[in-house]
Amino acid sequence: MAAVWIYADVAADGTADASALELLTKARSLGGDAVEAVALGPGATQAAVTLGEFGASTVYASDDAVFAEYVGDPAAHVLESLVAEHHPSLILFATSYTSRDVAGRLSAALGLALMSNATDVSGPDSAQTQIFGGTRIVDVALEGPEPRLVLVRPKSFAPEPSGGSAQVVQVSADVPEDAKRVRVLAKHEEAASGPRIEDAKVVISGGRGLGEAGNFALLDDLAASIGNAAVGASRAVVDAGWVPYSYQVGQTGKTVKPEVYIAVGISGAIQHLVGMKESKRIVAINKDPDAPIFSYADLGIVGDALKILPKLTEEIRARKG
Amino acid sequence: MNVIVLAKYVPNPNGMPEIGDDFLLKREGVEGAMDPTDEYGVEAGLRLVEKAGEGEVTLVSMGPEPAVAGIRKGLSMGAHGAVVVTDPALRGADALVTARVLAAAIGRRQYDVVISGVESTDGYTGTMPMVLARLLGIPSVTFARSLDVDGGTLKAERQTEAGYADVEAPLPALVTVTAGVGEPRYPTLKGIMGAKSKPVENLTTGDLGLTAGDLGSSQKVTGVTAAPEKAAGQIVEDDGSGAERIAAFLQEAKVI
Ligand SMILES: Cc1cc2nc3c(=O)[nH]c(=O)nc-3n(C[C@H](O)[C@H](O)[C@H](O)COP(=O)(O)OP(=O)(O)OC[C@H]3O[C@@H](n4cnc5c(N)ncnc54)[C@H](O)[C@@H]3O)c2cc1C
Ligand SMILES: Nc1ncnc2c1ncn2[C@@H]1O[C@H](COP(=O)(O)O)[C@@H](O)[C@H]1O
Repeated sequence: MAAVWIYADVAADGTADASALELLTKARSLGGDAVEAVALGPGATQAAVTLGEFGASTVYASDDAVFAEYVGDPAAHVLESLVAEHHPSLILFATSYTSRDVAGRLSAALGLALMSNATDVSGPDSAQTQIFGGTRIVDVALEGPEPRLVLVRPKSFAPEPSGGSAQVVQVSADVPEDAKRVRVLAKHEEAASGPRIEDAKVVISGGRGLGEAGNFALLDDLAASIGNAAVGASRAVVDAGWVPYSYQVGQTGKTVKPEVYIAVGISGAIQHLVGMKESKRIVAINKDPDAPIFSYADLGIVGDALKILPKLTEEIRARKG
Repeated sequence: MNVIVLAKYVPNPNGMPEIGDDFLLKREGVEGAMDPTDEYGVEAGLRLVEKAGEGEVTLVSMGPEPAVAGIRKGLSMGAHGAVVVTDPALRGADALVTARVLAAAIGRRQYDVVISGVESTDGYTGTMPMVLARLLGIPSVTFARSLDVDGGTLKAERQTEAGYADVEAPLPALVTVTAGVGEPRYPTLKGIMGAKSKPVENLTTGDLGLTAGDLGSSQKVTGVTAAPEKAAGQIVEDDGSGAERIAAFLQEAKVI
């Protein structure tokens, strides 16, 4: 097998996204001729140091702003040239908004197999996904010209450093004008207070069962009483505009794996389960004893969330003293 | 303003889908409907045409025989016509094959904007639209929670991990939309009656000039197995001690 590549999401401050480290850890176990990474956009060269520590022997990098200013196309274009030059067997991508765009456009340009939602990968010829809320494991054979492209769900692998270091190969950011079409004019991102939902020890998510947007304050209070806790949500309430999209846990939102996940007034639709069922422990509060979420809960309380939440916050404060 | 809206016919969108002996999702002989996610696309398309004061919304779908009936929902909401590609050779089509078929169907028409969902309810690859856009040679604006057309430019608010970004792209362009673009309208009685006489073009892959080489999927399901079951948890009725139980559980888990 030729090289296994990972396409790394990097931030302008030079950090490599956790997903890149997960993918590198998996790539090391696949037995390719080499494990290499591609990192494009401001911060890439600095992030290459971390990518090396997690097993990339070479990082093809460019810090050029064009990759941040235009979505998808410039990165797909550069990746296309790199593939033509180096012929990797397999490229792993994280399931992030931008990586999906890059992988999709690369697949179309070169006619390559592109698998989504992978939860495990055995090599260029086969990977796995899970369906029906993770109750079934599906083996998928990948065919056609290499490299095969696989989008992997976040937190599918635990990142482990290899203690290596990467050689950085600067790549040209010369992209044709017609790759500069989807232009980012301005970003509106709130700096959240408290831990990020992906990193918090406890995640408390609210659903339609909370009744109205204002009741999310009960979750904020609970999170504050626990400490190192973040608040999430089901898609139903994000769609209803109760909380911003960045709260959404599930298929189209964040994947979390905290020590404890508390689902409040959430029914447990398969698309929600995908984002949280790997949590170490799951607590559910729901007034319907037949809610599917209870099949996944270690502790389930059948009752009214609006009554239980304030008492719980008070109880925790009391126990902490 | 001519808008193409992609509308997928999905089996049983609100129930539990089933897997057949060939490991593929059962699509024939099960009740199906237009993907509820695509209703947002239809709504967004109708709003663009209404604002422009001219033009049409055309639904484009690839799916089995009943898809024609399924996408009537979009016609009764107000779309002007539909193109449906049906072919037994398309069973189990992956994102790349689907995109080739839809590109062939769309490429024959004149359009300004192509609208799709972010991901389908049954397949949820979330990549088909970007593959399609690249095959059509047009930009793809993904994860739009709002969109507007201003002259020859598509403007959108694109969701990001931590918020959103203002983005723009020249027309023609493809855009994938989320529920943020606006509540889908209910079909009126007049709309439902009118839908029956709207033009629906039925095509096969042969009509589109596609050959076997274009239609071979590069992904095949080779097995489906049950995941190990999780041990049953403790489910209790709240008799007033629910909060205490949870607090004790959190303490045991050493998170408080
Ligand atoms: C392609 C696709 C992608 C999707 N992606 C996601 C995703 O990323 N994340 C996601 O979450 N969903 C996603 N969904 C939507 C998903 O299918 C469900 O519709 C959604 O998760 C339901 O949200 P909910 O549990 O809050 O609402 P509901 O299903 O309406 O459940 C509300 C629950 O609250 C309970 N309840 C009511 N009142 C009380 C009370 N007073 N106290 C306690 N409990 C109460 C009810 O018994 C019920 O179980 C997706 C769907 C599709 C088709
Ligand atoms: N067979 C199809 N016919 C029409 N539109 C489709 C089809 N497959 C996918 N789409 C569109 O592409 C979006 C993403 O689909 P997917 O890649 O399957 O997640 C969907 O929300 C639809 O709008």
